[in-house]
Formats: sequence, structure tokens, C-alpha cells
Amino acid sequence: MSTNGKDGANGSNGKHGANGTHGGKDGEEKFLNPTPMLDNLETGEWPSFITGFKKLAERTQKPMLRGIMDQLEYSYETNMGYWKGGLVGVTGYGAGIISRYSMIQDKFPEAKEFHTMRFQPAPGSHYSTRNLRAVCDIWEKHGSGIIATHGQTGNLMLQGIEESKVQECFDDMNQIGWDLGGAGATVRTGSSCVGPARCDDTCYDTLKLHDKVLSHFTAYVHRPELPYKMKFKFSGCPNDCVNSVMRSDFAVIGTWRDEIGVDPEGVKNWIDENGMDTLVNQVISMCPTKAITLEGEDLNIDNKSCVRCMHCINVMNGVLHIGKDRGVTILMGGKNHLKVGVMLGSVIVPFMKMETEEDMDNLVELAETIIDWWDENAFDHERIGETVERIGMKRFLEEVELEVDPNMVNQPRDNPYFKTPY
Amino acid sequence: MSVKVKREYKTVESGPFDYWEELHPVVRKNYMKWVSHSNPRPGLLINTAESGDVLYTVRAGTQRQNTVDTLRFLCDIADKYADGYLRFTIRNNVEFMTPNEENIEPMMAELEAAGFPVGGTRNSVTSVAHTQGWLHCDIPATDASGVVKSIMDELIHEFRRAEMPAKVRLSTSCCAINCGGTADIALVVRHTRPPRINHEALANTCEMPKVVARCPVAAIRPTTVNGKPSLMVVEEKCMYCGACFGACPSMEINHPEHSKFAIWVGGKNSNARSKPTAMKLVAHGLPNNPPRWPEITEAVKTILYAYKEGAKPWERVGEWIERIGWPRFFELTGFEFDEHMIDDYRHARTTFNQSAHVRF
Repeated sequence: MSTNGKDGANGSNGKHGANGTHGGKDGEEKFLNPTPMLDNLETGEWPSFITGFKKLAERTQKPMLRGIMDQLEYSYETNMGYWKGGLVGVTGYGAGIISRYSMIQDKFPEAKEFHTMRFQPAPGSHYSTRNLRAVCDIWEKHGSGIIATHGQTGNLMLQGIEESKVQECFDDMNQIGWDLGGAGATVRTGSSCVGPARCDDTCYDTLKLHDKVLSHFTAYVHRPELPYKMKFKFSGCPNDCVNSVMRSDFAVIGTWRDEIGVDPEGVKNWIDENGMDTLVNQVISMCPTKAITLEGEDLNIDNKSCVRCMHCINVMNGVLHIGKDRGVTILMGGKNHLKVGVMLGSVIVPFMKMETEEDMDNLVELAETIIDWWDENAFDHERIGETVERIGMKRFLEEVELEVDPNMVNQPRDNPYFKTPY
Repeated sequence: MSVKVKREYKTVESGPFDYWEELHPVVRKNYMKWVSHSNPRPGLLINTAESGDVLYTVRAGTQRQNTVDTLRFLCDIADKYADGYLRFTIRNNVEFMTPNEENIEPMMAELEAAGFPVGGTRNSVTSVAHTQGWLHCDIPATDASGVVKSIMDELIHEFRRAEMPAKVRLSTSCCAINCGGTADIALVVRHTRPPRINHEALANTCEMPKVVARCPVAAIRPTTVNGKPSLMVVEEKCMYCGACFGACPSMEINHPEHSKFAIWVGGKNSNARSKPTAMKLVAHGLPNNPPRWPEITEAVKTILYAYKEGAKPWERVGEWIERIGWPRFFELTGFEFDEHMIDDYRHARTTFNQSAHVRF
């Protein structure tokens, strides 16, 4: 299937990233111009993106790649970046292509255009080689051949294409099932942990919910009509492997309401294997709410005090288990520094069942209500966490009709200045 | 002259790629029915299902900025040892799943021989979450990919082993927006001067009210320069966040000398033990020094090895510092606590010590 997989693959000569050699034999004419600064990044054992780029360029002889290497070398020399944005899109969509024009086109005309196409991978970033090879073939045909796996929001990023080829490339990708991701003031591409594919700690089907939510909001993904970006992330348990609490506006984290499962025989075997001191020092004394006590060799867990942090289950995997009455906690408002400073998401729904289609529809409906509220109330370029901080959580909860719950706060307010109806 | 060809194809707004056919058959068979997992050695995960099926996952580091060639090589590995399936983690590692135990050794050997280090599981220093940099971003002050390559060249043995007290997450970001995200140790560019304004270009390229509104401290005001409308920055107010540059490239915030690195520690997304926490500033003004950024790698190693030496099992970097206290952290690392590390922005009071709990 691959057009030229063997010749250029890093693995085929066993020298990928491990040394400074690159395409072409010594003494032969090289396609690329010298890049002495970048060549510094070819030594050392960690995989070298520079070696990869150079091999790709020498094999495919695409002028764009030579221009990119020249401009990147120039950035390394001058300590500055040289890209500016613009407007590039595909028919019917207003987002998904990140356009880049060089500010120094006269210097490096081959790198004049270097647009990126963001595509939404399968939830959990799972691939069949059939699919990934097809993507590689389409991308080599239309674009530079550089692919980032993956962007920080979760997109497969095809980096480096000219505007004139964007539509054809999209059409080819779309015909094999790929759709663009979000950019700018849109619902952004989602991200989900490995979840039910492999993990025994997952409290709901992260892949399915990801698919359902992002499919529902697909019009918002492709058309920038919102105040700013809106990110969804789906973690199967409170270990939060996709970092949803700070990296998404709408974090869906799996949890359970009933008791932690304990296998008493397993506990005894675990103690035999790891020692009583390990149990005391690494499990019991590290429980954040002191919910575990020891009676002989039996663990007693006070499930009413347990906060579902996952620590004891992580340490004693296979012996302790997540509960059976499972669902999700929703935290809203996570974002990074700009503009009010970093914010972590906070609880807006302590527990919601997430097993049936109807449960998932309820979550989608809630998300839609919340996005509508934000759309009506936000300033331009304001993330939902900032909007809620400005307007007040009390008013937000009231207007989207969410029931207040003490799980939403660390403590009740400690000042008396609030208004009550009279 | 370009001739418009009528487009026949009609877009299908299909959303995320369909996941079911992308899953390994053993995954499909045991979907939602897993009972336990273990990590017997770095780079290997073992998952057991209710049915008794066992799935082995081999994890390896990649350069993230891949090419069709490197991805085709990873596909070759997947076809040979993992029935034609693979996946990527959020920290740019690649994973291959197989029910065949005998595939593990040759697969690991072939990945290592090809330069893809096997590891990144459990208590390792795994791959660095990072941003685009000079290759593609329109507002970067550095090249995160190069910084990451430089750091991981020095820490690759910590990726291959799993000898840290707990997992260690690193991130690198090319501007204060911090797309790399929160981490145990994060390296983030911080500008140290107000933007220089390109008045010639500004009026033609920027929507001025949007730029004014973008400033978090209301430091940008309309003005007239050479008879043309433009903007000015109140320098006493500006804290160099660079938000205006994102809205208007004429607010030139990047500077070859004055864009520096800052180091942040103790960020944590997981709920295990302590609640998730934001990361905190422990060093700033470090040089942005391509192509190898030696000062950054040195600082990361200083923090990392103080942590490795002093933390208890399962303690993340932030939890270790929480226990030993900030004075001790600065003492152990030799970093200097200065007045800029006392917050004076919004939410500042939540970071003050409102107690007589003092360490000596």
C-alpha cells in the first residue's frame, strides 16, 4: 500500500534518530541546503524530528520541505518565528485549516505556504494500519508528508500544504471517513482515554460518549460561531489520563457511587507479597480522607468518607476495584493562563449515570443548554470558566437549571454579602 | 489564471473517525470487560479480561513531529507484531497491542533498533507534551520540538526505566498561552518586555477594538501616529502576556533576546491522593538558547534528581514539595525564591500562607 515505505522509513536502516546521517550517500549531491543549526538535533538517542524531515525531503524531493528546513534553520539562527495566519478553508466549513504564510517569502519562496489540516482521529487515537497507511498515501500525494501525532487538543495534524491542494486533499480524506477538527471559536476536537478498550478502571464508555458528543456538535466544530473555543475531554476514572480537568472546558470524569470492591483473599496475598509496612505506608496513610483502617489483615473502607481519588485502587490493582454503580462527574471551566490566570474545572454535576443511550443523550442535552447560555452571556474571546467567574456560579446554575450541591464547593461561602429574594 | 473546476464530491460531516473498526479484535471482544492490569517492566502493560484473555501493550517514544515514512514504519511493526493495529497516547507515545506474549521481545528489539525507545510507563519520565514552535505556529518564541529533543536526549534512560517515586509529566510551551499544559515540571516561554508596535502595518492588519479588548490589564489604548489611527501600550501596566500578539501580529512581543524561559513545578491533573493542582513558578529569566538549550535541561535535571532523592513512593513532584515545604525545595534545588514569585494577579490571596505554619 505504501508508495515508498521501505526506502525512507526510519526503521529500515536501523539508524533512525541514533546518529547524524541523513538521506543520500557521502559525496552525492544533496537536495537540501546545509542546516548546521538543525543538524545539532540529530545527535543523541531520542528520536530526532530533524532526521525524519531530512530523510523525507531527500526521498520525495518536495521543494516545500527544502523551504521549510531553510526557514526553520533561519529561526534557529535568529531566535524568531516567521509565520503569519490568514484564511484558508474548504467548501462549507469555516474552520479546521490553520493557514500559514511565511513573512519572509522573498528569502525562502519554497516555504511560502505551509498550511496545516486538523483531522479528528478515532476516539482514544486508535488506528488500523489500513487506515493510517491510507492517510499517509493521501498526505504524500497532496501535502508535505509531515504529520504530528498528535496536537495537544487531540487532532491528527497534517502539516504543510498549499492552498490550491487543500480541497482535493480534504475530499480524498473525507471519502475514507475523515473529517476536519475545530479551530478558533468552535467546539474543538475531543479527546478520550483508552477507556473500555483496555482499562479495568473505566467507569463509562469514554470512546462512545466522545463520538456521540462530538458528532452531535459537528456543526459547531466546523463553523466558528461561538464566543471562543469549547473543549470536551473524556476520562474514564479520576486518574484523568487525558488531563481533562485543566485542558478542557467540559471535563467528563468517570466515578462510582457505591462501594470500592474488595477481594479479601487478594488483600491477604497482597500483604504476603508486598509486606504490611507497604500497606500502611503506601496505601492506608496516603488515603486523603483517612477512610481506610486495618483490622487484623482485613481492610475496612469507610465508603461514605471516600472521595474516589483512585490511589488505593492504583496501588492494589486487581485486589481493590472501582464500584459497580458507575457514572460520571462533570467539571466545567478548565483552561490555561490567558486571561484571568489558570483555572481548573470545578464540579457542576457530582454524579450522572452514563450507561444507556438515554444517559448519553441527557449529557448532550445538558452540554447544549450550557453552550447556549455561554453563547448568550460571554464576551468575545471569553472561555466559559471566565464567563462563570465574572457572572457568578450561582446565576449560572440557576439559569441552566442545575441543582446546587455541596460537592460543588470546598466549603460554603465565608462572607455574608449575598442577595436573597424579599 | 486558474480555471475553477466544478466540484462533484459532496462533503460528509462525519465528525470523529469511526472507532470500532480501528480497535484490535481482542479489544472488541473484551470491550468494557477488563478486570485487572499490571506493569511488569518498563514499556509493557498487561491487561486481563473477564474472559481470561490477556492483552500485552508495548509502548515506545516517538518524535511527535512524524513523517509518512516514520508512520509507515510504525505500521510495519503493527502489521508484523500487533495484527495491524496501533494507537497513540496523549504524550505522543505509540502503543501496540497483542495477545501473543512471544511477540513482545522481538517487537521491543525492533523498535529500539530503529531508534524508538521502549518505556514511558508507570514511574518513568515519559515523553514531553509540547507545542508547535517555529515549524508552524504564528506566535512562538521558541521551538518546543528542539527543546524536547534536547531534554529527552539527556533523560532517555529515565524513559526506559521506571525508577522515579511516581510518574513524572513534563511539558514545554513556546509562549505564555502554555499549550503544553500543566505538568510536574513545565518549561514555558515568558516575554520580558512590552510589545513593540509596528504602526505602519497595524491599521491595515488589525481590528483595533478587538486588540484593546484582548488585554487582561487594559494597557492598550487607541492613539494616532503620524496622522494614522494606531494603538499604544501603557508600559507600567503591561505584564508581557502576549495576548495582544495573538489578535494582532503588529504587536510584536517576540524578541530574540528578551523572550526567556520560566520553569514551573507541581502541576497535577490526576485526582489520586491530592486534588489536581496548578503548577507554580520556581525560576524565570533563563535564556532561550537554540539549538540545544543546555540551561533548560540542567534546570530540569536539578529538580528531577532532588525529587527522585527525596520523595516517597507515589508522591508526585507537587505532593513532595507540599510535604517538605517551599523553603526546603528552594534550598535543595539551589533556585532563588524572589519577589516575583509572590503572586500579585487575580486569585493571589489564595496562594498566601494564612497561618503561622512556618518552616526553618
